[in-house]
Amino acid sequence: MTDSNQSNGHSSVRERIEQGLARRHRKEKIFRGLGIASIAFGILVVALLFTDIISKGAGAFRQTAIELQITYDPAVLGIDKVDHESLTWANFTGVIRESLRARFPEVSGRSDKRELYSMVSSGAPFTLRDRLEANPELLGKTEQVWLAADDDVDTFVKSLDDSKEGFRGRTSEMMAGWIQQLLKSGELKRRFNTAFFTNGDSREPEQAGIRAALVGSLLTLLVTLVLSFPIGVAAAIYLEEYAPKNRWTDLIEVNINNLAAVPSIVFGLLGLAIFINFFELPRSAPLVGGLVLTLMTLPTIIISSRAALKAVPPSIREAAMGMGASRMQVVFHHVLPLAMPGMLTGAIIGMAQALGETAPLLMIGMVAFIVDVPGGVTDPATVLPVQIFLWADSPERAFVERTSAAIMVLLSFLIVMNASAVWLRKKLERRW
Amino acid sequence: MNTMTLDTAGHAAPAQPQTVERETVDTQTVVKETVGQPLCDNAKLSMRNVNVFYGEAQAIHDVSLDIGRNEVVAMIGPSGCGKSTFLRCLNRMNDTIEGCRVDGDLTLDGEAIYGPKVDVVPLRARVGMVFQKPNPFPKTIYENVAYGPKIHGIASRRAELDEIVEDSLRRAGLWNEVKDRLDKPGTGLSGGQQQRLCIARAIAVSPEVILMDEPCSALDPIATARIEELIDELREKYTIAIVTHSMQQAARVSQRTAYFHLGHLVEVNDTETVFTNPQHALTEAYITGRFG
Amino acid sequence: MQTSTLFALLLLLVLVAYGTGFSRAVAAARGRGGLRNLAALPSYYGLHTALWCGLPALLLLGGWLLFDDAIIRALVMNSLPDKPDTVAGQNLLYAQIQNLAAGHLLGDASPQVQAAAEHFSTLQQRGSVLQAALTLILAIGLGAIAVLRFSPQLRAREKVESVLKAVLITCACAAIFTTVGILLSVLFESLRFFHEVPITEFLFGLQWSPQMAMRADQVGSSGAFGAVPLFTGTLMVSAIAMFVAVPVGLMSAIYLAEYASARVRNLAKPVIEILAGVPTVVYGFFAALTVAPFIRETAAAVGLHASSESALAAGLVMGIMIIPFVSSLSDDVINAVPQSLRDGALGLGSTKSETVRKVVIPAALPGIVGGVLLAVSRAIGETMIVVMAAGMAANLTANPLESVTTVTVQIVTLLVGDQEFDSPKTLAAFALGLMLFLSTLVLNFIALHVVKKYREQYD
Repeated sequence: MTDSNQSNGHSSVRERIEQGLARRHRKEKIFRGLGIASIAFGILVVALLFTDIISKGAGAFRQTAIELQITYDPAVLGIDKVDHESLTWANFTGVIRESLRARFPEVSGRSDKRELYSMVSSGAPFTLRDRLEANPELLGKTEQVWLAADDDVDTFVKSLDDSKEGFRGRTSEMMAGWIQQLLKSGELKRRFNTAFFTNGDSREPEQAGIRAALVGSLLTLLVTLVLSFPIGVAAAIYLEEYAPKNRWTDLIEVNINNLAAVPSIVFGLLGLAIFINFFELPRSAPLVGGLVLTLMTLPTIIISSRAALKAVPPSIREAAMGMGASRMQVVFHHVLPLAMPGMLTGAIIGMAQALGETAPLLMIGMVAFIVDVPGGVTDPATVLPVQIFLWADSPERAFVERTSAAIMVLLSFLIVMNASAVWLRKKLERRW
Repeated sequence: MNTMTLDTAGHAAPAQPQTVERETVDTQTVVKETVGQPLCDNAKLSMRNVNVFYGEAQAIHDVSLDIGRNEVVAMIGPSGCGKSTFLRCLNRMNDTIEGCRVDGDLTLDGEAIYGPKVDVVPLRARVGMVFQKPNPFPKTIYENVAYGPKIHGIASRRAELDEIVEDSLRRAGLWNEVKDRLDKPGTGLSGGQQQRLCIARAIAVSPEVILMDEPCSALDPIATARIEELIDELREKYTIAIVTHSMQQAARVSQRTAYFHLGHLVEVNDTETVFTNPQHALTEAYITGRFG
Repeated sequence: MQTSTLFALLLLLVLVAYGTGFSRAVAAARGRGGLRNLAALPSYYGLHTALWCGLPALLLLGGWLLFDDAIIRALVMNSLPDKPDTVAGQNLLYAQIQNLAAGHLLGDASPQVQAAAEHFSTLQQRGSVLQAALTLILAIGLGAIAVLRFSPQLRAREKVESVLKAVLITCACAAIFTTVGILLSVLFESLRFFHEVPITEFLFGLQWSPQMAMRADQVGSSGAFGAVPLFTGTLMVSAIAMFVAVPVGLMSAIYLAEYASARVRNLAKPVIEILAGVPTVVYGFFAALTVAPFIRETAAAVGLHASSESALAAGLVMGIMIIPFVSSLSDDVINAVPQSLRDGALGLGSTKSETVRKVVIPAALPGIVGGVLLAVSRAIGETMIVVMAAGMAANLTANPLESVTTVTVQIVTLLVGDQEFDSPKTLAAFALGLMLFLSTLVLNFIALHVVKKYREQYD
């Protein structure tokens, strides 16, 4: 092959390559653009999700209240002394109505009056009862009290932020007038919504709170942690440090990996059929919820614990073994303490998963309407995600706000848990 | 600044008895100028005052070197001397490493390699590369060789592509071994065959220069001998720059040899001169096996 | 005796046993001139005694607690001369007996039931006494034997360690127990269901309306259990989800692995992974209250009708949920592709996208396919999003703007609320659960196998 021939061959190839370049670089740009668009989409969705929830839920942390001049008139209340028994029957509703009539003397007519009375939450009498029970000397006296307004009033007041007319779905012209009047005089205000954090569930949005669900979640997680962490760590130790390589351990491995991908609702079916129907454990109880979530989070904990054990270099085991330690001593005295941070991280992540889980708990009856804060692991209870599910189904507009607020609480718990897992990993991570 | 003796440098042929007194070479010497003949008249690639940085660290210090047409230039030197880094500058493979910066004048046939408007795609088609570890794609043997022509649109018809594949495999000396199993995965070949497949893949796009980064380091001696023969044959058509760890290999395949030390180009000369009559003390110390 | 008191007492006994074992070992060592003359450290003797004292008693107590209700029930019910035929009737009767025994009088009870209630109370009392007595006797007896049989030659460490090892093995088998438990629980009820509804009708029937009438003369008195609309609904929602998640997840993984600088990667990756940590109920809320109305309005704007609970809304949001799942699995497999392959392609003059499309992706394909299969299994098993956003109506439709229902939605609907355990309605839920479990099992199995094979290729 001659030299000129060779360079001819090169140059024709060169030309062909040059011809295609523009098209290829265009494709490159498009491909890269698609990548950027995907990332942007992901980030956008995160932003959208959070702004949507926060904008919907932020209002729930403040609740509209009405300041009323309440006279604890024994005649209206129908009691002459303050004790638990008589307070149960006392007519606090009458006291509130009295006070509303005094504030708006111009209102007459039955339907107008009913309208007026509906401004105050139907839970307000209980607030007064608790006040009087705590301060018996108030009987017969008069004081200024802030009482929760009805959810329709609350919704209307909050909607005034968005438009001048406000959302008038369930608020009449007349009531809107009263509200404006009270707002102007400062007798109607948004105050911190303590009920949201101290109450259990309620049919009335202004009385509904997340305390019962939070405690339920806490108890359920406690059961889950107490069961799944030791079992998971023990299983990981066996599989990583002892297990011979045979069919049985292969079967266990396949099972663990597969369970990690089984839909959570199937665990709920297991809980229903075995724990509730077969062993007759109580329905709706954190104990059963915890058992189900334990089975669900075990694979996660086992897998991460094994990874932590794997990360401990064999030289440590050999060194301890060389000192004459038994296998068990090697594991419990040397390997386990070194692997513990990794295991804890895995456990926290598993718990975060369990905290957000809903579907399997529906199966075992944790969807009950729970007003009282559960006192133990066998009391009927619900959990935060299920409470969110229940509220999301409620028609009242004020519940949308509360659902979003409950989501915010749930998400902040999850963020704290995940952040602490990351922190723990960073802090205790050891490089070998 | 220091006088690190070869005793502390460590592995100077343990077979040597301890009593032999050896000449001390300061391996940390700062090399000011390249000795020998780094430049040539018929340059295909020419590099002037090249500096390469990885972040803050400088890997190549002021290297100037020409690589002539149809010659094989071997680059030798101890590990970490920068010879591979330098080689990867020639077709801008260093671009893929985050934080790597190259300055100096590098030209291919007088055209700048690192110009702002230079497109690396046709550049790399002109300056092909063969890597340390054979890296055939997980595709068939045919697809491996046809990959380059396909992406560059070199063949317009299937027959043309077949021809290129056959021609490339023949030149790589692999055709007779694989012609009956072109549709089998390239990863199923032996190490030496895989490396020749990678060479065939590289020459399928008709490059002008082939860069080889220790192409035989993962191969057994017989496979190495085949590749070395091949390099000698390829010299007819291509300009070749080869980085090697083995001085014997450099002596066998190259016309000129460049010795790198700690990012500096110490000496460039005819291969024979370098190995028989090194002009720099460091070169001499290295080729006589006193460090490296 | 209260169970919790019993537990506390048991714990106390175990501690005493540990102390006794420990001090005997120390005393024995002193008599023989040092610890080295014992076969194990004193703490192991302590543990040995404690295990003898506590473990059998604990097992007995656990078994008792699990089974005593069932045994008492069987005893009480068997003592009744005539009892209802149906399970529901028996449940009711038993509940009545229990209430009566607990002192909540609900109306009049027949003398028979009253006798049964008394029987129940005595059984319960005797049971609890027996339980406490047996547990404590076992604990004290075995603990005492262990103390008496103490000898300095006893290889306490080996014994304790073999017990511990047995515990470890049991824990490791938890996964197998769980799988078996799932299989048993869904299989048995499903078999009962298929006894009442032929399996062919369930698998191929086009009509799904599980409401069983209370009375025979009601409209729609016979429930229909053709699950095809559920399967198609599930498939449609999952398909929409994969349509969103696979391209977005894969492209973002590619961008992060191949293009992005370290800084962008460190910022964007955690943000996208936030999506994986959001509970599904939150996605459900988002789908039902934000996405679904948006789709309805958009559809109305272009003149289409969209139902307020549409497959599209549920599918879209489910897709968003799965994005991080696909992207992190793809990221793993893409990073496992050796750099040398990229270098090879780039060295030939490929552009970056050619390298990715023609070399990296084909090389990573098995892993990516495995990841996508896992994502599909996740999509068909996802519950809350579809429960809140997809609807209940079992429509057999191909229009994503209509409301569809899925297997998981029906499981929830059938099982939440009041249920009788022997009606085909509740049993149907278990049959659906069986289908769900089997299909995800097959998907997971294939996916995990493919991914494992892929990993081995590049290890």
